[in-house]
Amino acid sequence: MEAKTLFDKIWDGHVVRSITDGPDVLYIDRHYIHEVTSPQAFNGLKERGIPVFRPEKTIATADHNIPTKDQHLQIRDELSRNQVERLNENCSKYGIELFGLNHAKNGIVHVIGPELGYTLPGMTIVCGDSHTSTHGAFGTIAFGIGTTEVEMVLATQCILQPKPKKMRIVVNGNLHKGVSSKDIIMYIISEISAGGATGYFVEFSGSAIRSLSMEARMTICNMSIEMGARGGLIAPDETTFNYLRQLPSIPGIKDLESTVVQWKTLTTEPEAIFDRELVFDAEQILPMITYGTNPGMGMFVDGIIPITDDKNKEASSSYLKSLDYMGFKPGEKLLGHQIDYVFIGSCTNGRIEDFRAFAQIIKGRKKAANVTALIVPGSKRVEEQMAAEGLTEIFKNAGFEVRQPGCSSCLAMNEDKIPAGKYAVSTSNRNFEGRQGPGARTLLASPLTAAAAAINGTISDPREFFTV
Amino acid sequence: MAKEKFDILRSTCVPLPLENVDTDQIIPARFLSATTREGFGENLFRDWRYSKTGARNKDFVLNNSKFSGKVLVAGKNFGSGSSREHAVWAIYDYGFRAVVSSFFADIFMANSLNNGLLPIVVSDDFLKKLLDLIQKDPSTEVNIDLDKQTFTIISIGDSAIFAINPYKKECMLKGLDDIDFLLSIKSQITGYETNKSLAK
Repeated sequence: MEAKTLFDKIWDGHVVRSITDGPDVLYIDRHYIHEVTSPQAFNGLKERGIPVFRPEKTIATADHNIPTKDQHLQIRDELSRNQVERLNENCSKYGIELFGLNHAKNGIVHVIGPELGYTLPGMTIVCGDSHTSTHGAFGTIAFGIGTTEVEMVLATQCILQPKPKKMRIVVNGNLHKGVSSKDIIMYIISEISAGGATGYFVEFSGSAIRSLSMEARMTICNMSIEMGARGGLIAPDETTFNYLRQLPSIPGIKDLESTVVQWKTLTTEPEAIFDRELVFDAEQILPMITYGTNPGMGMFVDGIIPITDDKNKEASSSYLKSLDYMGFKPGEKLLGHQIDYVFIGSCTNGRIEDFRAFAQIIKGRKKAANVTALIVPGSKRVEEQMAAEGLTEIFKNAGFEVRQPGCSSCLAMNEDKIPAGKYAVSTSNRNFEGRQGPGARTLLASPLTAAAAAINGTISDPREFFTV
Repeated sequence: MAKEKFDILRSTCVPLPLENVDTDQIIPARFLSATTREGFGENLFRDWRYSKTGARNKDFVLNNSKFSGKVLVAGKNFGSGSSREHAVWAIYDYGFRAVVSSFFADIFMANSLNNGLLPIVVSDDFLKKLLDLIQKDPSTEVNIDLDKQTFTIISIGDSAIFAINPYKKECMLKGLDDIDFLLSIKSQITGYETNKSLAK
């Protein structure tokens, strides 16, 4: 029998039925929903006159559209308020557990899922949000789906999906000081492009990956979608099991240690073959920044913007249009360039370790006067931890605005928009045109690089804040 | 629930010769607050169609009356980014029934197929030829035959064969719904669940 990858083991173990010349019917263990991509799915159930098949397997939160200030007050924007109320009604009607706005455990869906013990090794996990790949950090097959597929899962706990090809990305070696997991994934995407892994499901492995904490692994898997991958996973190990051991509770698991014994079989067999393999050296990776309008347009923070997007040809018109939007030129150096906003948060870097990293540089310093900085915790739990560890105090003393949890400026569905033409160094995951507000200019970076920018008021190298 | 069938489409095309068009351009996040599937066509490519003041941007192809049709022809890596199905609803609601490119993002492709919007993959060369022809002559008509999986530029008789998953092709040809299919195999799903819990 052919040696199996971890991806194969999980996928094959969840196939209810294979359709000849068609997709597989894949059973879904965990379904996360939020207020933006679920309403039409519930409408569909209502039109069909059917219930939610397995309501206990769906977990809901309100995160994309909610304000990050004055959450105790009624939401001012009518459409946002309507969406959140719809979610409340639908969850109540169909018997779905909801960690809604103002719930003690509310937060960004891909932050609270793992925090509350709902994401576990070996699961298949879906959500109407492309960054569902985050949960792959626990050794799961987790991916984003559209609203029609949300309806499929609500109706039958299954989805129709063709099995993707398999890619392994190995990262070996030690990270330099000042370089984080965000830089690793940004580097990889800049090397293979925003569409470079389309059609593939990625497994990340190697000593550099193994050395990362669970939160750092979540950052990596979170951005797998930004290279076009269907999803990305990391095989569970003691780091994973220790993270789960220290959670207050894990729903549905009575005996954690005997379950851990089963989870230890979730590995890729040594002889397993991938359709494509890439190897990277962590020592080559330096702090990154994006300069264009897709996550593949990234470079070292002290680098120069490439003259062309294809070394064999002149710069394409799409490339030049992208730079023009950003107000940059080919060959330009970005270090020292003035910025206007800093956003630290999102499902990519909105967890406690990200805020600790941010605080490392901020502590005892003041935010630059020309910078408006938004600090948005990924969840209520993170918000509480930040306060308990004194981080909130550090940020406030330095002149930062600390908000309440939500997706906030990552996609700026709410009021947390970056104004047109302004530069924002952001720990989020996408720098598309207008992502953070019409005309906004996003520069993606790690929490350390964002902190350095917030203190200097310019694009900066975080390594200057670390004594060698 | 039955959907609109797709078998043969003859139409002129709208050219969008830009690469890496992502879902935030197709439908900006601020328009995702609706709770129904209708009306998204108004906000298709909103920030490219209209300026901040709401005036039409005359340089954008959708505002150029020379071009019209049910087929959108776009540069490579179309639909990258978010899983928002609203992007497909916007394109479909505007009036398009097919999108042609040399490369589509996975989630966008799945969402399209689930909504009767046919994603057609052609080679880079064919795409370039098609875009050049349309821009020179906006009355260029194409013929899409889903059953034969052919895309033909009528005036020059040039044809490309496109790939499509056989199951999805059948669903589109017959206007069939995936959820109806899944509901029909409920007993297999509960059978799977029983086996899984017995295996524990």
